Amino acid sequence: MMNYFPDEVLEHVFDFVTSHRDRNAVSLVCKLWYRVERFSRQRVFIGNCYAISPERLIARFPGVKALTLKGKPHFADFNLVPQDWGGYVQPWIEALARSRIGLEELRLKRMVVSDESLDVLSRSFTNFKSLVLVSCEGFTTDGLAAIAANCWFLRELDLQENEIEEKKNDWLGCFPDSCTSLVSLNFACLKEVNLAALERLVARNPNLKSLKLNGAVTLEALQRILMRAPQLVDLGTGSFVLDRDPNDSETYKKLRATILQCRSIRNLSGFLKVTPRCLPAIYPICLNLTYLNLSYAAGIHGSELIKLIRLCGKLQRLWILDCIEDKGLEVVASTCKDLQELRVFPSDPFGAGHTAVTETGLVAISSGCPKLNSLLYLCQQMTNAALIAVAKNCPNFIRFRLCIRDPAKPDPVTMQPLDEGFGAIVQSSKRLRRLSLSGLLTDRVLLYIGKYAEQLEMLSIAFAGESDKGMLYVLNGCKKLRKLEIRDSPFGDMALLRDVGKYETMRSLWMSSCDVTLGGCKTLAKKMPRLNVEIINENDQIKFAHEDSQKVEKMYLYRTLVWPRDDAPEFVWTLEKLLFTPGVLLEDQWSSLTN
Amino acid sequence: MEKSIKFEKDLNLEATELRLGLPGTKESEKQTPSAIKSNKRVLPDMSEECGYEDNSNVSHVKKCDQEVAPPAKAQVVGWPPVRSYRKNCFQAKKMEAETTGMYVKVSMDGAPYLRKIDLKVYKGYPELLKALEDMFKFSVGKYSEREGYNGSEFVPTYEDKDGDWMLVGDVPWDMFISSCKRMRIMKGSEARGLGCAV
Repeated sequence: MMNYFPDEVLEHVFDFVTSHRDRNAVSLVCKLWYRVERFSRQRVFIGNCYAISPERLIARFPGVKALTLKGKPHFADFNLVPQDWGGYVQPWIEALARSRIGLEELRLKRMVVSDESLDVLSRSFTNFKSLVLVSCEGFTTDGLAAIAANCWFLRELDLQENEIEEKKNDWLGCFPDSCTSLVSLNFACLKEVNLAALERLVARNPNLKSLKLNGAVTLEALQRILMRAPQLVDLGTGSFVLDRDPNDSETYKKLRATILQCRSIRNLSGFLKVTPRCLPAIYPICLNLTYLNLSYAAGIHGSELIKLIRLCGKLQRLWILDCIEDKGLEVVASTCKDLQELRVFPSDPFGAGHTAVTETGLVAISSGCPKLNSLLYLCQQMTNAALIAVAKNCPNFIRFRLCIRDPAKPDPVTMQPLDEGFGAIVQSSKRLRRLSLSGLLTDRVLLYIGKYAEQLEMLSIAFAGESDKGMLYVLNGCKKLRKLEIRDSPFGDMALLRDVGKYETMRSLWMSSCDVTLGGCKTLAKKMPRLNVEIINENDQIKFAHEDSQKVEKMYLYRTLVWPRDDAPEFVWTLEKLLFTPGVLLEDQWSSLTN
Repeated sequence: MEKSIKFEKDLNLEATELRLGLPGTKESEKQTPSAIKSNKRVLPDMSEECGYEDNSNVSHVKKCDQEVAPPAKAQVVGWPPVRSYRKNCFQAKKMEAETTGMYVKVSMDGAPYLRKIDLKVYKGYPELLKALEDMFKFSVGKYSEREGYNGSEFVPTYEDKDGDWMLVGDVPWDMFISSCKRMRIMKGSEARGLGCAV
């Protein structure tokens, strides 16, 4: 029936289909739908920048306006991936610049970005509106200056947790006077800023809704900025510090008055440095907050923190440090009845510290906040009983990430593994999509996951399991699995090679400090030409001629439609390249890749 | 059977038992077998944790001892899973807190000898002033930007880098601790010259 409609009608219908997955599904229905969908798609999501080439992206989606790219594997966040592994955005930006793509939005995560790429980006797309960089590196404030100076219609510049080298330039001052279209600006990860330029920028951008400042912005400057931007919805403070008694400070009085004018703030973060006695100034904001991020506010703890939390009755998302302690979590549980997401980060993130939250806090939260669906919880210990109670109280988890400080720590009360506890979670939360395990765990928990976690898409395993069977339970059971990352677990070649076709249904598999061998990886690469099997060997220099039985330190494999990447550094071996001679590679593999 | 158990308890064998581990650490804190497996990825370098290289300050070392776990707990790469960005932020804070102290002399008019205090220990003016009050048994009055300290014949002052005598409290705390060379608690008529209300 749909074949009798002109393309424009189909296109109009497809406009209402916005999620990537739905659009991917639409494109598989028939050749007509594939064609109409591909010309009308504006937003493209590429979860692994090495799965596809920029040229193929441009060829298939000539109308793309918004692109999301992710580079390094997730475990790169924890220093498990060496520098220079890859994830360069340059070839993408250059290819897009050469084409006639009218790129307007670019969102990058865990990628290496250079000043040159930012410069090319800023000059190549006249309607460029939004740049979001998350956990990226490789650029300096010179690159930011290019973006500020050349993107005349910029609406969003959002820098989240990037490693940026700060030059002595005044990048913020590079925004021209004609720049009045900013809606969102986040430079919290920088150390310096030109305050005068910032105030002028805020003054001439009346549509600014989201502003996240850095530690160089003083309390005095914050007051002046908020005077200019009472319409803010999303605020990240900088240095919330006063060196004198707030009651005697004109600045503080002005700040209190100014904040009362900011009736739209719903998201609050920052407080990188803070004088707790100044916190009453923000109490009026607390009443309407839906998102509070105090995960960098090490200066707020104890009774000051509790006072603040007690005012936040409408909170839906809370990111906090573990100095809140179990007692503080009980206050959260009794105050924040609408809480959906909780993240508890360590105030001492280095290995050997002590964490002040335990299973008690989590149980309290679960019984006070039944809407909880997303959890990141770093704690000192956990018990099966607690997890079973949590599972019962909160059956709606979409994301459940638990990190017990000591690797492979058992239930301290029963000395048992935590299999039953996590088993209860996966059994009760039928819509669970992401799970991170920790504590002492046997194959049993993996059996439960394979059996019950039907919607699971991402699983992180560390110091867990007993045998290959464990990994197989997961690979066989979790039909929707996309990303699996495993470290320090006893899974080897048998599990790796049992169902090689599975990996083409997934985005990627990471295994480090496990029992897979070089021989096992070679076998896999040989059988699956559409997988890129990478071996990352920084320290050992394994020679390929022998040592097939040698265990591989780090293996990262992912499905891909392009040749093994040509930008891999010396310590990354892509096995496919080395297994075949060039001539055979071209003939043998081309057809299977293009079919 | 019971008799022998009681006898063992009296002997307090636990206290005299020879074990590997710091005195005071209990059996239950020993690692489980699977955790011991993680030892192969131990990071020998703990210096980033609390500036172990600089041990000159006794109290600094004591602080480290309290924060560093007993050796039985191994340091594992990438565990706990915390983003490097976050670690770097907190490391900077840790370093700030643990660098060697900033001792300055404090004199009080009429007192027979001077004292020395470590400015790094205080987070701000209120704490510093309270400490001075306790140390010298006096009261400092109320500070205001306009009038300085009102309600007391004692006024805290400091000598800055330029050699000028300044009123404590006028500049931001960070600026104060980086420019303060020494302090003097002035008393009586001499204090009036520094901007107190006439």
